[in-house]
Amino acid sequence: MSASTALEVSSHGVVELKIPGRAEWVAVARLAVAAVASRLRFSVDEIEDIKLALAEACTNAIQSAGGQDAGVIEIVCDAREDELRVTVRDARPGIHLEPVPPSGLEAERTEELGVFLIRALMDSVDYTSDPRRGTDLVMIKRVSA
Amino acid sequence: MDIKVNVRESEGDAYVVDLTGEIDVYTSPKVKDAITELIDQEHYNLVINLEKVRYIDSTGLGVLIGGLKRVREHGGSVNLVCTNPQIKKIFDITGLVKIFGIFDDEQSAMKALV
Repeated sequence: MSASTALEVSSHGVVELKIPGRAEWVAVARLAVAAVASRLRFSVDEIEDIKLALAEACTNAIQSAGGQDAGVIEIVCDAREDELRVTVRDARPGIHLEPVPPSGLEAERTEELGVFLIRALMDSVDYTSDPRRGTDLVMIKRVSA
Repeated sequence: MDIKVNVRESEGDAYVVDLTGEIDVYTSPKVKDAITELIDQEHYNLVINLEKVRYIDSTGLGVLIGGLKRVREHGGSVNLVCTNPQIKKIFDITGLVKIFGIFDDEQSAMKALV
């Protein structure tokens, strides 16, 4: 094995995290996703984007539970060569993630602002919602060329 | 992670709210309480200093918007001090740069109050 080969480090990997669905735990998820994102070739600004999008997804889950305990929120960070795929899973169905435009002072409705931010900061956002399985929100950020 | 809130009286009847730390779903109620208390005391001209804020999310933005709406009902205003590029970017992409006065320093923010 040559020295150069020995130094090669794969950035690919999957990190899973479960946090209690309460406000005080969102910061932990934010720090974890930032740590994973830093394994890829993201800029500092892009890592901040990912942190905020992840936090908004967790916050959305908590707010959809009326700000109370949203149960367990599962976060799966799938780090690939050229993208980070983050799945946020919670037990509550019916999350509203349709695109919404920011609309001045009406943006006090923070759920809409949060959804707007997720869509603005990530390259791809998709979700599935099922009354039995809850909601899976999948967000992708691609490494810039 | 926490947020520190410091409220101080400034020129005229204006008040400055200095925030230090991170504003998110956990800490934003503390910021909301401070702003609400000022407005309840009929202080309608506010400068909110975000210079030492490292992070803000939609709940933090919602608190600031809520404060602005309330003071405007009384002819007041909320100006922000913010130089952090990442936070300015959030105000930019949400379009909130159009409804808040955002300044690089407290003196300018204070001067621009209604």
